[in-house]
Amino acid sequence: MTGSAILIENLVKNFEDVTAVDDISLRVAKGELFGLLGPNGAGKTTIINILCGLTKPTSGSAGVGGYDIQKEPMKVKELIGVCIQETAVYPYLTGEENVDLFGNLHSMNKELLRTRRVMLLERMGLTTDAKRKAEKYSGGMKRRLSLILALIHDPLIAFLDEPTVAMDPQSRHAVWDFIKELKKEGKTIVLTTHYMEEAEELCDRVGIIDHGKLIALGSPRDLISQNQVKNLEDVFIKLTGRKIREEV
Amino acid sequence: MQFQRVIALINKEMKKTVREPAVLFMIFLFPIVFVFAFGSAFGGGGGNQPIYSVGIVNTDQGNSVNASQIFITALSNTRILSPQIYANNQTAQNDLSQGRIQAVMIIPRDFSKSFASYKTEPNEPDRWINSTVTLYLDKGSLVATQAIPPIIQQVLTAIIGVPQQAPSTPFRLETASLVEVKAPSAFDFIAPGMFTFASIFLIMMVSQSFAQDRENGMMKRIRITPTTSTEFIVSQALSYMVIALIQAAVVFIMIYLMGFRPAVGIPVYLFAFVLMLLFSLSNVGFGLITATIARSSGAATGLSFLFVLPQLFLGTFVGASLSSSAQIAGRFVPSYYITDALTSLFLRGAAITSPTVLLDLATVSVSCIAILAIGIILYAKYFKI
Repeated sequence: MTGSAILIENLVKNFEDVTAVDDISLRVAKGELFGLLGPNGAGKTTIINILCGLTKPTSGSAGVGGYDIQKEPMKVKELIGVCIQETAVYPYLTGEENVDLFGNLHSMNKELLRTRRVMLLERMGLTTDAKRKAEKYSGGMKRRLSLILALIHDPLIAFLDEPTVAMDPQSRHAVWDFIKELKKEGKTIVLTTHYMEEAEELCDRVGIIDHGKLIALGSPRDLISQNQVKNLEDVFIKLTGRKIREEV
Repeated sequence: MQFQRVIALINKEMKKTVREPAVLFMIFLFPIVFVFAFGSAFGGGGGNQPIYSVGIVNTDQGNSVNASQIFITALSNTRILSPQIYANNQTAQNDLSQGRIQAVMIIPRDFSKSFASYKTEPNEPDRWINSTVTLYLDKGSLVATQAIPPIIQQVLTAIIGVPQQAPSTPFRLETASLVEVKAPSAFDFIAPGMFTFASIFLIMMVSQSFAQDRENGMMKRIRITPTTSTEFIVSQALSYMVIALIQAAVVFIMIYLMGFRPAVGIPVYLFAFVLMLLFSLSNVGFGLITATIARSSGAATGLSFLFVLPQLFLGTFVGASLSSSAQIAGRFVPSYYITDALTSLFLRGAAITSPTVLLDLATVSVSCIAILAIGIILYAKYFKI
């Protein structure tokens, strides 16, 4: 697994009679920004859940940061930061208290936690609202806070599951800028999205998932040129005969 | 286990308790309202006894001694009963059925004759003219049915001028109960059960909290961190033990203000708080079991009553009023042993080291830890995020 931040081999996940992940194999390099694209229900979140130890695979194997996710889940959890799809923050805590809680759950020392909290709240534009209860935040503010909770401990590998869904354009571009900065810092990032323009803007490589299968893998530019189309949206249409957002 | 994580989660839980209105109500306001309401109803608050209105239909034809008047005056002097004179039984029964009075008493026509026969020949029962005082009670009032007959019986015994332990009198009181009237108010008897009563609702709070965290994704978020299940459960158990302690203190202050002043020392109070801490463990356990079964926080609220109601009805002060079979069933719920131990300590004056209290403590310890363990196992195995 040398050189790979994430290695997935023949991964399968069945939920009763539904195959959510169907024999997927892929490798994400250290420092790479990898996009998992596909419509809702394609299996993107299930792959993320398996990689962060929330769901056990039916078969196949997966490793994160050199650790087997089934044998050493705690080692994996120390390396990763996950921005889950739900806007999950404690409504009765202030933005600052939410951040401190998750910093403490990652065993951060007090000084480092304070420094990173101040820096991340500033970068996400939440400094002035940091002492307000999260229940008073708008949807976009909660999403940005959720992103801070995922990254407060400065993880080597970040899983961002639809981080910009339901965000206004201004907030979305702020998050894009932040993700680009993370990449510059050398973080490995796995981004799931069904916004094709987001993937084109940010990702080094993308994997297109449909009905649990990996149907295309490569850089956005390569996939567009190979399929002789204008953008990733058209790539998806050419491969599946459907628009990616029809099922959204 | 990292204490930094445990403390952070406890801190979060405490902030939730203080900041969430619904939680705050269940923990602090509910015990205050509940103790005040029950305390007032059962004669707490400055030791005032309730006053029961008794309708009297006097058919006594009297003779040289108007014994019925002596009887009515004596009833009035108890300051617990307030005699209301009725011309006929029908009017009195009508008021009884409307709840305007708590009892109707028919003084028989030969009441004075009966009284005089006893005074003439107190040691010759065969020569007494026996008579029966008939009593109709408000069946909608548990307290009235239990409290009024023995008071009247005592007054009857007193007016005739015989010692309490006299073998017999010419008067017979129908519907007389065996309940003994004691100096403390009814509130004193229910006070120990109030500690248990308030704490039982922790089951609902725990199950709701876990189910809500699952619904809003927080459970998922915490499981992604390196926090272990042990750290999480320990933090929850400790949080709810602190809450139970605060709740017990609130209940204690309230029942103290309402007039409950048991003659026991500080060690007994401390021991009572230890019992409540143990009891909180079983409530966390039941809460975990409920949250594991429930699919949503709404369902958790409903399902929690599967554990709340048996504990309420079989194991608190309510249980004392139930049938003997229900009281036997009470022995299968932890709250029964808590109430029993607290009653032994506060009312019966038992020592902490007395066999009854120690047996209750042992039973509570084993059962509460076992319930918590079952809750943790089910949560770890079947709780879906």
